[in-house]
Amino acid sequence: MRAQFVLSEIGVGLRRNLTMTIAVIVSVALSLTLAGAGLLLRVQVNEMKDFWYDRVEVSIFLCGKSDKDAGCAGGEVSNEQREAIKAELSRMPLVEKTYYETKQEAFQHFKDQNKESPLSGSVTADQLPESFRVKLKDPTKYSVVASAFAGRPGVQSVQDQRKILEPFFKLLNNAQWAAIGVMGFMLLVAILLIVNTARVSAFSRRRETGIMRLVGASNLYIQLPFIMESAIAGLLGGALASGLLSTGFFFGVKKGLGRQFNAFELIGWGPVLATLPLLVVFGVLMSAIASFFTLLKYLKV
Amino acid sequence: MIRFDNVSKTYPKQPRPALHDVSLEVEKGEFVFLVGSSGSGKSTFLRLVLKEERPSLGNIFVAGKDLGRLSNWKVPALRRQVGTVFQDFRLLPNKTVYQNVAFALEVIGKPRGTIRKVVPEVLDLVGLGGKEDRMPGELSGGEQQRVAIARAFVNRPMILIADEPTGNLDPQNSVGIMKLLDRINRTGTTILMATHDQAIVDQMRKRVIELEQGRLVRDQSRGVYGYQH
Repeated sequence: MRAQFVLSEIGVGLRRNLTMTIAVIVSVALSLTLAGAGLLLRVQVNEMKDFWYDRVEVSIFLCGKSDKDAGCAGGEVSNEQREAIKAELSRMPLVEKTYYETKQEAFQHFKDQNKESPLSGSVTADQLPESFRVKLKDPTKYSVVASAFAGRPGVQSVQDQRKILEPFFKLLNNAQWAAIGVMGFMLLVAILLIVNTARVSAFSRRRETGIMRLVGASNLYIQLPFIMESAIAGLLGGALASGLLSTGFFFGVKKGLGRQFNAFELIGWGPVLATLPLLVVFGVLMSAIASFFTLLKYLKV
Repeated sequence: MIRFDNVSKTYPKQPRPALHDVSLEVEKGEFVFLVGSSGSGKSTFLRLVLKEERPSLGNIFVAGKDLGRLSNWKVPALRRQVGTVFQDFRLLPNKTVYQNVAFALEVIGKPRGTIRKVVPEVLDLVGLGGKEDRMPGELSGGEQQRVAIARAFVNRPMILIADEPTGNLDPQNSVGIMKLLDRINRTGTTILMATHDQAIVDQMRKRVIELEQGRLVRDQSRGVYGYQH
């Protein structure tokens, strides 16, 4: 292989096709930026899931004096009922930890959470239910607990906090799919542009390639300059995508959201830096493979 | 060196075969004219030798290789054994004479030292010594064809295929090209030349193979262009 020869051919090709090459670089960069953002969003959502699911509990609310629910026909929960539930919970292998919250504690929590609300003045401790807060070893096994205690005398209701979070995660999940969809279309545009550029490039040098075939140059030698051309465009596109993603992360997350937002942990530079090489590698491979298959058809022996 | 065994070639959507049951053998070092009117199958014959086409029927052997069994990735190796010259020269207009010839060696990965040595040699051989830095556009048709021959011959192929090499040249230049091909033939290179040039064939008195509507109608050593033409 004569590297110098191949390199000069690549240079000629890139310059001859400058506008197309720029189009390829930009579309590769945009699609890869979206892909990277999608990947990071996924990391973020998973991290949030871990964070939240680690804290969610199943609440078993016990009957108060004035509750009219099905399980509360016998009035307020009795001591025996409370003890029976507690004993049963401690026997369940699924349960990791149980915590009993009295009316007084519930009232305290309520007051803490609604400090500025006019409601807080009108609520008394008696109106709030006492409850067992159950932490499960596997938060997805909520229904086992629910079926054991729901509708039982003395139990007002069984509530899974996971259920409250689910719509939120569903929303994030949909956002992810939307990002993947847009990315797919951008990727399609990028690949079509790469294919077209490779074709134009091969056409504009058909005289050279014709002679190369004639004098017995190997397919690799004929195709390599074209493939490298695409790969270089892909590399630049990947690098540009890395820049865009890092900039977006810096201004959007580090400087933007992260400042005002502390409901949950936002991802740091770690996952971002891990994503960037993927983008570059993917950009190079995508371009090289797309042009390889284009040329296969175009430069047949 | 070249052997055709009952070779037929039919192109898709063409009722008449371009070549029909052609068998012949060309020995090493021979000089063979391939004659026949347009559409007689000369070009198909040459394309089959280069494995640019595959025969519909029959077997072809070139430089000791059975082309039917030759896998695609070995075709470049075959073409290094077979130099090719065309009527329209097919030079690269943006490269000098030297670069045009060197290109043929660069693309098959020859080391630069070899290229520096053999390109001037072959340019001397074809009579273009001192014109290395000219562009093809500055040369006469005869000189351009000499560059093309230099490019085809620089890698010392065993076979040189010439498809109407004098078709675009005046008689004087044609004679010059024929002398050059004859000189190359004397180095032991087999030459297969398709032509319409009656004067040249009659003058050279080499083996003549005539095709007519895809059939081999004449194979004559020390022949002339034709009886009826």
